[in-house]
Amino acid sequence: MTGSTVLRRVVSALFVAGCGLSVLLALVPLAFVLFFVISQGIPALNLAFFTHMPAPVGEPGGGMANAIVGTLILTGLGSLLAIPIGIMSGVYMSEYAGSRFAAIVRFAADTLNGVPSIVMGVFVYGFAVLPFKQFSALAGGIALGIMMIPIIARTTEELLRLVPSTMREGALALGATRGRAVFTVVLPAALPGIITGVLLALARIAGETAPLLFTSFNNRFFTTKLTQPISSLTVQVFTYAISPYADWHRQAWAGALVLVLLVFLSSLIARTATRRLEGLSRG
Amino acid sequence: MRSRELGFRLWTGAFALVLVLIVAAIGVELTRQSMLSIQKFGLNFWATRTWDPVTGEFGALPFIWGTLYSSVLALAIATPVALGIAVFVSELCPARLQQPLIFLTELLAAIPSIVYGLWGIFVLVPVVRSLQTSTPEVLQQFPLFSGPPLGVGMLSAGLILAIMVIPFTSSVAREVLKSVPIAQREGAYALGATRFEGIRAALFYARTGIIGAIMLGFGRALGETMAVTMVIGNTPRVSVSLFAPQYTMAAVLANEFTEADTDLYLNALIEIGLLLFIITLVINVLSRLLIWSMDRSNKVVTPAAEPLAEAAA
Repeated sequence: MTGSTVLRRVVSALFVAGCGLSVLLALVPLAFVLFFVISQGIPALNLAFFTHMPAPVGEPGGGMANAIVGTLILTGLGSLLAIPIGIMSGVYMSEYAGSRFAAIVRFAADTLNGVPSIVMGVFVYGFAVLPFKQFSALAGGIALGIMMIPIIARTTEELLRLVPSTMREGALALGATRGRAVFTVVLPAALPGIITGVLLALARIAGETAPLLFTSFNNRFFTTKLTQPISSLTVQVFTYAISPYADWHRQAWAGALVLVLLVFLSSLIARTATRRLEGLSRG
Repeated sequence: MRSRELGFRLWTGAFALVLVLIVAAIGVELTRQSMLSIQKFGLNFWATRTWDPVTGEFGALPFIWGTLYSSVLALAIATPVALGIAVFVSELCPARLQQPLIFLTELLAAIPSIVYGLWGIFVLVPVVRSLQTSTPEVLQQFPLFSGPPLGVGMLSAGLILAIMVIPFTSSVAREVLKSVPIAQREGAYALGATRFEGIRAALFYARTGIIGAIMLGFGRALGETMAVTMVIGNTPRVSVSLFAPQYTMAAVLANEFTEADTDLYLNALIEIGLLLFIITLVINVLSRLLIWSMDRSNKVVTPAAEPLAEAAA
């Protein structure tokens, strides 16, 4: 074996080791974040956290009942806005995949997906808060909804393409119109996948803070009024995290734990469903 | 029959049009709402260092500087790691490990920004602070390491951003590597190439897509808000020091937007939002074009522009 061959093998082995090391480097922070969220969150998490209102400064205890309800309302509003627009755009992109306008829509969806969430907050503030001089749950829901649209649209598009084209052609051959073929054959076949896409979108926006800071703002009180500012888990965690009170820090960790569980659970459900669907279309 | 067909197309097309209009509306709205500031400061806005709401002096330079500095720093840390992961998962690791590793890196992307921020404040910042106090005196003479030991500052922001960007870059790089024809590597191995040389050939073949993946990560880093806001120190200042508290465009929006008490102040903030929108738009378009051109040249395997699992992020 010549010297240069040895050198080349050493370089190669170092490279392989380096790649393995980078996997570890990424897993260390993951483990650390999860460890702290769980170890700090669990002691602070109790029934009161889910059922009680925030306690005044200096008084221990209290919970985030209003923030939990707020997050549910905000994500619900977002879904109401995003699901129709997202699914219909997805249908358009897959049905007329080759058209110029479909390419434009696809491009717009990817662009929208890349818009920083804080910019989305500024944008919605401009037309849903400023004119009414009032932060509102509605504005927060719109901001979250706009962020969900591109995710739902792109997943719907991808999943409709997984549906075998013979199914659509069969329906068309029987004399169905395009709309009929899509709504009675193609969409139902892809439905579990589309629900998955919606779940993925929900998982992503449930953890968003930035677009809510100046749309739904925050509220110390329990409210379900859509025209009033409303609390959310994320904004509440932020408020508590940057406060100087130890008791609020504990609550922030508990909130973070709930958020992480919420997000992981929905992406886990979504992932298993997608796998199953992909398996079906292949097999 | 024809008209029904057209009706369906128009009907679904109308929803799709809403999507396109939203993107256009963001640009128009942000420009309209920042007119006061655009007219008053013009191009000077981007070059002025003073940010003083009390006297009504607004210059965005410190925020632009902080955003670029933190993102480039994050990229410098994240890129080698992300590419290493992509190579390891797609080329080196046993097939059985592949899915679990992909899942774990995706978990990194699924953790909400605010949770990273919370972790940053209470865990990462103290670590960086002790790192700084243990920096040798000699090194502290250099501007890069100067400043009081606060913990909050550029290094903390860069580190936390790097962690958040890694899953994005690595998942796109993985898809790009997947689209490199097998013959590329087999050819190299047949000629007696080592593992490294074979993979290098694949990486070289995929270079445009890889650059696209890196830029996509850059776009993410530029717009990241909560985690950065919580660890960067929020001080409008142009400094090269890794330990100096600074500010980013996204962070100033998060902190000062609800405090803006004059129209000019609000308009100046919205103008920062407009710039952030334009920068991320340009970066995203460029990176998509690169990844897309890579797809086109490899008709054999065409990966989705954005892998399905990406959406989990």
